[in-house]
Amino acid sequence: MSAELGLAALWLAAALAVLQLVAGALAMGERGASLAGIVRPVAVVQGLLALVAFFCLIHVFWITDLSVKLVAMNSHSAKPLVFKIAGAWGNHEGSMLLWVTVMGLAGAFVALVERRLPERTMLATIAGQAFISIGFYAFLLFASNPFERLAQVPVEGNGLNPLLQDLGLAFHPPTLYLGYVGLSVAFSFAIGALITREVGPAFARAMRPWVMGAWIFLTVGITAGSYWAYYELGWGGWWFWDPVENASLMPWLAATALLHSASVLASRNALRAWTMMLGVVAFSMSMIGTFLVRSGILTSVHAFAVDPERGSFILALLAVYIGGALVLFGLRASTVTEGERFALVSREGALVFNNVMLSAILGIVLFGTLYPLLAEAMGAKVSVGPPYFNPMSALFFVPMLLILAVGPMLRWRRDTFGRVGKRLILPALAVAGSVIAVVLGGGADLLPFLGLTLALGLAIAGLLPLRDRNLRRTPLPIWGMVIAHLGIAVALFGMASESAWTVEKLVAVNTGETTQVGPWSVRLTRVDPVAGPNWTALEAELHVRYAGGAETVLRPQSRSFWTPPQQTSESALLSRWNGQLYAVLGGEGQDGRWQLRLWWKPFVTMIWLGGLMIALGGLLSLIGRTASDIRRVVARGKIAYRREKQGR
Amino acid sequence: MSQPPPPQEPKVSRWAIWLPLAIFAAFIGVFAYSLLRPAPREVASTLVGKPLPEFSLPPALPGRPGLDSKLFANGKPHLLNIFASWCVPCRVEAPQLARLKAMGVPIEGISVRDTTEALQGFLEQNGDPFQRIGADDDGQVQLALGSSGVPETYVIDGKGVIRYQHIGEIREDQLPMILEKFAEASQ
Repeated sequence: MSAELGLAALWLAAALAVLQLVAGALAMGERGASLAGIVRPVAVVQGLLALVAFFCLIHVFWITDLSVKLVAMNSHSAKPLVFKIAGAWGNHEGSMLLWVTVMGLAGAFVALVERRLPERTMLATIAGQAFISIGFYAFLLFASNPFERLAQVPVEGNGLNPLLQDLGLAFHPPTLYLGYVGLSVAFSFAIGALITREVGPAFARAMRPWVMGAWIFLTVGITAGSYWAYYELGWGGWWFWDPVENASLMPWLAATALLHSASVLASRNALRAWTMMLGVVAFSMSMIGTFLVRSGILTSVHAFAVDPERGSFILALLAVYIGGALVLFGLRASTVTEGERFALVSREGALVFNNVMLSAILGIVLFGTLYPLLAEAMGAKVSVGPPYFNPMSALFFVPMLLILAVGPMLRWRRDTFGRVGKRLILPALAVAGSVIAVVLGGGADLLPFLGLTLALGLAIAGLLPLRDRNLRRTPLPIWGMVIAHLGIAVALFGMASESAWTVEKLVAVNTGETTQVGPWSVRLTRVDPVAGPNWTALEAELHVRYAGGAETVLRPQSRSFWTPPQQTSESALLSRWNGQLYAVLGGEGQDGRWQLRLWWKPFVTMIWLGGLMIALGGLLSLIGRTASDIRRVVARGKIAYRREKQGR
Repeated sequence: MSQPPPPQEPKVSRWAIWLPLAIFAAFIGVFAYSLLRPAPREVASTLVGKPLPEFSLPPALPGRPGLDSKLFANGKPHLLNIFASWCVPCRVEAPQLARLKAMGVPIEGISVRDTTEALQGFLEQNGDPFQRIGADDDGQVQLALGSSGVPETYVIDGKGVIRYQHIGEIREDQLPMILEKFAEASQ
């Protein structure tokens, strides 16, 4: 029953999205003004129906209803419950349903709580949100129906990709999707404002929390995804410049730029056209990313649903939505470019610089991701990896960090470097100190060297905006900014230290033998077979000691899943405050010795700690701004109430 | 002290406004081109060029022979098809296997995680192109063969060496290609 109920809810939601678009568009005119009242309720119900459909899908996975094709293809009765449920979105159809659900809910949320936009812009925004949703509903219903039944019920399901049978999977994609699709709100806002030409500080203030919300989810999602790849894939790396990783990084870069330019628009009424442009670009990057993953155009470990027909469908959607938005932007941009003036050296100037650098990195990542495709069109097969991405993005990342150290201390409109120069002495000394320390400590390659030395200076400079402030009275958004910028320094330090100081060792050892990796001594005591619910594994027992300290036991596994058959390495990690020991069990050699792969990665955890700090900074800023908005609304209500009372 | 006059926000020139659209149009062009070209479905398996891993499977159906890896090294090429009664693409593939059989291609089968009744029903409905069918009830042989799903088809030469691995169902338009691989294995 659930499958039919879900399908019905999906069709109904699609129909309501059409109604939402038509009513919203008509209500903007004078004759259709009477329709304005239904637009918000329709948006809310549409979102709820999408949620119902999503819960129906979870239900069929929960009970392993093998008559539903998607369940038979991707699930298995022997799978632990949490992975059965996570399996609902660990496949193409389910993840697209999650996509439209988030999009519908985001629209519903906007319709419920957004009261700051002028009414016409609001109607255009909600209609815009419906317009995007319609395409994705059509895609689901016509090309990727998740509720399709099988004529003949199989005795058992096909199982879920073992790499995805991990708790990380249960939370990583939904988080990322909240970010990707949350950016659709910024897109709709930009469309709405371009249509009504009402672009200004009030608009930016209304848009900012939505962008911030999506950006926080993106940040957490990327951080979690990076950690998942790090421990699950067993290669010891944390970022592979894989097309799918890039697909999540690109919207993040655009959204980061958008957040900063929106704050210029909100405070200074400048950068109007640019902010609109970024609003369009951010969600476009989400859609292009989805297209790259879903179409199978680019091969990657993540391409779990490869189908050229679906690719064509999404491509058509891209052409309509992104192409349409860019045409609208082209037509309207000349009428909204006027903005306040500012000097090159000013807070605005620094933020513009940040935007240009972020856009340049975005361009580099986009080009590098698509280059194999271009080359293939010309008949060559190439793959683009770290040797391109690392130096090219650093080329723009490093100057951006330098300005990041100064920017928050500059004044709006006009300032001089001389005024802030004195404050920068301390961070500059820190940089100089770490240069000496690294050189004395044996040196490092150029990029890790730059990273290590800049990180400390950046951390100190990042704290400087708090100087001369009463910390208790410092508004939350300022705290948010400081913590997020500090997070960048922390993550940068982790990345640089990981690539500068990692020690790797591949050894074959007998049981009872001891080996050294960095400051660790590792003794293999035994290798035993163990069994899980849907896998069997060989598990090694390693007794490890850090610099002669206390002994700890690690148990890396080499797992064989049988539904579908696949082998994975379950790495074992041991974290200390100053880094992680990473152990992977390989196969058994012919002489009875076991292969072990060991890494000592100093400060590697700082990468994800930094990522979480960045997200926390965003959260604080969002809370601070929302709280002051609520206070303002309440105060306004009180004044109105008092006036009414006096009037009587 | 003379400050330079504050520059205006740079007026966006006409062509710059349309630049994003132009770039995007170029992307769409490349995407469309790549999508229209048929993607290579061949997978260079690590087992191709190596002898078939050793296995011995019990019969999947009563009264019929099981399947042993030694049978393959008899001087003649074979197709080895991994399938299951619960697998939908296997139904799609059945007519192609029937045609291969009609052309005289010997086909051996491995049915994965199946029951006798379900398998009998499947063969009655979709035809039975197999000389022998081995029952791989725990999927271990499938794993050993480097197969990641059903259906998959291997072309194995007369020495028992895997010459080609086809992932997914054999479609009608792929029949000539399979025959070609089979002919290559015969040489």
